[in-house]
Amino acid sequence: MTDGTGLLTRMLQGLPHARALGLSVVSAGDGVAVLSAPYDPRLVGDPETGVIHGGVVTTLLDTCCGVAVLSAGNRPLSTATLDLRIDYMRPARPGIAVTARAECHRMTRSVAFVRATAWDADEDDPLASAAGAFMVELAARPAEGEGAA
Amino acid sequence: MSGFEPVHLLKARRDEALARLVDRVPYHAFLGVSFQRLGDELTGRLTYDDMLIGNPAIPALHGGVTGAFLEITAIVQLAWDAAWEIMESGPDGAARIAAGGFPPTPKTVDVTIDYLRSGKPRDAYARAQVTKRGRRVANVRVEAWQDERARPIAIAHGHYLLRDAR
Repeated sequence: MTDGTGLLTRMLQGLPHARALGLSVVSAGDGVAVLSAPYDPRLVGDPETGVIHGGVVTTLLDTCCGVAVLSAGNRPLSTATLDLRIDYMRPARPGIAVTARAECHRMTRSVAFVRATAWDADEDDPLASAAGAFMVELAARPAEGEGAA
Repeated sequence: MSGFEPVHLLKARRDEALARLVDRVPYHAFLGVSFQRLGDELTGRLTYDDMLIGNPAIPALHGGVTGAFLEITAIVQLAWDAAWEIMESGPDGAARIAAGGFPPTPKTVDVTIDYLRSGKPRDAYARAQVTKRGRRVANVRVEAWQDERARPIAIAHGHYLLRDAR
């Protein structure tokens, strides 16, 4: 198990929009990342209910997927979203943080495939799920025949 | 009513309704999203700010920001279409919208975002096309671009639940 939580926390702090939303890395390593976004009234999308905007959940899921990719064992240098599909199962509950968990389940030399879910109170009661493909840039490595497929 | 309404009043009334519809959502102001109107067609504008950056090395807009901008444009277009229908139905409808009596905000069911180019550190624009507006669900395509309309930075399509309040 490689724990990239510290490294990726510092990386996330260097991303202006992640900082603007107050995103934090709960854990990251071996291609799995958990990130959290605090509730903030400035992010409300439905003024009648106080529910945060779906765009915030999109950003949390996208960021969480990216961190999962960067935490993978072969340590990609960078990643960029190619596509992302999000299903919104229910609105987020007002007043509480949203947490997301992403897993990079396959990585080739160029592309990482990632799945993610987001929830508020209970991980077993997800509010959204996502699947995406991410372009990756891998570090030039000695020919060990290991890593990328 | 609208046939006899002086054009400057008509325009002001519609622009005020749109501003009210957009401004009541805090997240729009947080991201810096506004809308321009030509008739019933809207163009979203994401005003650049340093805090929208997701990759400082390139630098590029955060993919989530681009995705959120596309989602906002789709939802506001649907909400505006619904408000427009009420507003233009006659004096009662116009009065209802003028008093802020908008139909409920459409809810995203699913959205697929394709990223085509990295978003540069400058303003972006977006337009939504309602492919099909059903009784309960609408299918919407959205395109965002920056300097050149013909070179989109991202496109999205999604389904939105319309909660009819009438």
